[in-house]
Amino acid sequence: MEHYLSIFVKSIFIENLALTFFLGMCTFLAVSKKVSTAIGLGVAVVVVLGIAVPVNQVIYQAILAPGALDSIMGITDPAESIDLSFLSFITFIGVIAALVQILEMTLDKYFPALYQALGIFLPLITVNCAIFGAVSFMVAKNLTFGESVVYGIGSGVGWMLAIVLMAGLREKMKYSDVPDGLKGLGITFITAGLMAFGFLSFGGISL
Amino acid sequence: MSSDTKKVLFGPVVDNNPIALQVLGVCSALAVTSSMANAVVMTIAVILVTAFSNLFISLIRNQIPSSVRIIVQMAIIASLVIVVDQVLKAFSYQLSKELSVFIGLIITNCIVMGRAEAFAMKEKPGVSFLDGVGNGLGYGAVLMVVAFFRELFGFGTLFGFEVFPLIQNNGWYQGNGLLVLPFSSFFIIGFIIWAVRQYKPEQVEKD
Amino acid sequence: MSDTKKKETFGGTLIFVFIICLVCAALVSISAVGLKPLQQANKLLDKQTKILEASGLLEKAGSDIVGTYGKFVVAKMIDLNTGNIIDGDTDMFDERTDARDETISIKPENDMAGINRRANRAVVYLVNNEQGQLDTIVLPIIGSGLWDLMYGFVGLAPDLNTVRSVVYSDLKETPGLGAEVLNPKWKALWPGKKVYNDQGDVAIKIVKGGAKQGDVHGVDALSGATLTSDGVEHTLHFWLGDEGYGPFIANFPNKITNGGLN
Repeated sequence: MEHYLSIFVKSIFIENLALTFFLGMCTFLAVSKKVSTAIGLGVAVVVVLGIAVPVNQVIYQAILAPGALDSIMGITDPAESIDLSFLSFITFIGVIAALVQILEMTLDKYFPALYQALGIFLPLITVNCAIFGAVSFMVAKNLTFGESVVYGIGSGVGWMLAIVLMAGLREKMKYSDVPDGLKGLGITFITAGLMAFGFLSFGGISL
Repeated sequence: MSSDTKKVLFGPVVDNNPIALQVLGVCSALAVTSSMANAVVMTIAVILVTAFSNLFISLIRNQIPSSVRIIVQMAIIASLVIVVDQVLKAFSYQLSKELSVFIGLIITNCIVMGRAEAFAMKEKPGVSFLDGVGNGLGYGAVLMVVAFFRELFGFGTLFGFEVFPLIQNNGWYQGNGLLVLPFSSFFIIGFIIWAVRQYKPEQVEKD
Repeated sequence: MSDTKKKETFGGTLIFVFIICLVCAALVSISAVGLKPLQQANKLLDKQTKILEASGLLEKAGSDIVGTYGKFVVAKMIDLNTGNIIDGDTDMFDERTDARDETISIKPENDMAGINRRANRAVVYLVNNEQGQLDTIVLPIIGSGLWDLMYGFVGLAPDLNTVRSVVYSDLKETPGLGAEVLNPKWKALWPGKKVYNDQGDVAIKIVKGGAKQGDVHGVDALSGATLTSDGVEHTLHFWLGDEGYGPFIANFPNKITNGGLN
């Protein structure tokens, strides 16, 4: 239990996708002008990550991982072991795109209110590198299924936290006197840098 | 070289730099800028992927059914990225370990997709290829500027060669601790944008 | 381009997608399968380089890593719980894969290194000198640093008490601070330090502010990297203690005598 809690806290604060790995920056910079929109997108990212990471974990471990297909194919000689891990990128991106599509249709049919709120963000998420990045990290860290659920949700929450905080700052920034050249993008980058600086102080927390 | 070719090739490096202007593809740009070597390899990888995806997509642009356009582009880009990743793993294990998941993230890099959709779907193969090289170069220019500052002032080296001898190694230079941390690239990019906009005031964002 | 040319039929789209898939699949598979031998060779080379570095043979090896490794290094699979040498494929062994399988790993009672689970098996590397006598025992170690797990090797002299080297091969510590464990100057502090005290307990430690002159157990901490330094100390304590290589080290003189590696 405490192991999962540790993964959760780590993925939110210490290995924050947006602020430590710069993932999902395109959307992070573009959709952080208003807090309400940022929350909508953030929730969508949490949902998609919470599903996409475990689903890809299952697919990776069952099919793509080195040696995963050996027992099915009846291979016992390690020299002939099947390694399909080179297919992981293309599989992940396909699975993510399909998942988002399915999620969109399900929401539209059964939860129209939620679809109204999240709908416009869902297509954006397919190309959001935060999703793809988190899935890649799942493979790199060799997580188990349980861990991948916690990691997926945790990193989604971390990303949401970052974009909501950013939007809050940018709403206030409207009232400040920013040099012309820095307006918009420039000052957003620098603010993000300062936020990442702040998040650095979470480093080394262990549970 | 005709002036048109020049414009396609070098326009994206200065006038219309994809990172500084369109905020495309910054995601993966920042995490790999701790050393010049990483930045150069990443640049080459991006150039190869954008150039060849543009070329192939332009070659079949009249045959692609528009209903499956995006997924076909995705498949081509993902295949190219896998090839680049495999080649890198085969020839430089050390670098592939350092760049880890960030090579895979080229798939979700908006520059590649954006150029395929906006340029290669309309133009002839030759000029699309150059457009890909140009945009890859523009991306690389920013990466290398960031990496130059970070490596030189953070570690006192360039491409791993000692420029300022560090105190740890009995030299006189105290490495800048801020610049060795990944998020310092946020500040550097912010300042680059400021500089570009000071030089080209028409790019300043309106409130 | 004319509009008639772009007319889509379901069959046409299907055929087109099929062809694209075929071409992409061919491209990807050819590159993956064709480059595989090179990739594996590279990976092995990286590991062998680190093991040679841990045994102090790297300079002598020069560019001939594989040859030197083959000549001087013998890999042995051991059972960590009993400390005995067992049979097993040392090339294919992966600590982390084993550690995930609850049937062949344990949850350490005192998980100082923060690894969560520890595989029952491990591979140790016995390194000979020119005369064919045992010169260094290289033990793989894993433990949490500030950011993530750090993978490395510790090289011990045949008395299994004197440290020859501490070499990290894979870590994500802060560059300039924690990542200074890779600095040759820091690595040079390790040789000659003693692991165990007179009572036989693990006594090797990392001392903040610098170890005293003549301290046989203490190594200077890295400045500005307290948590990484602690991580290294805990990793060593765990792996050289009872739940790590302790049983193997206790048994060692009975298993292998000088020169009798095989």
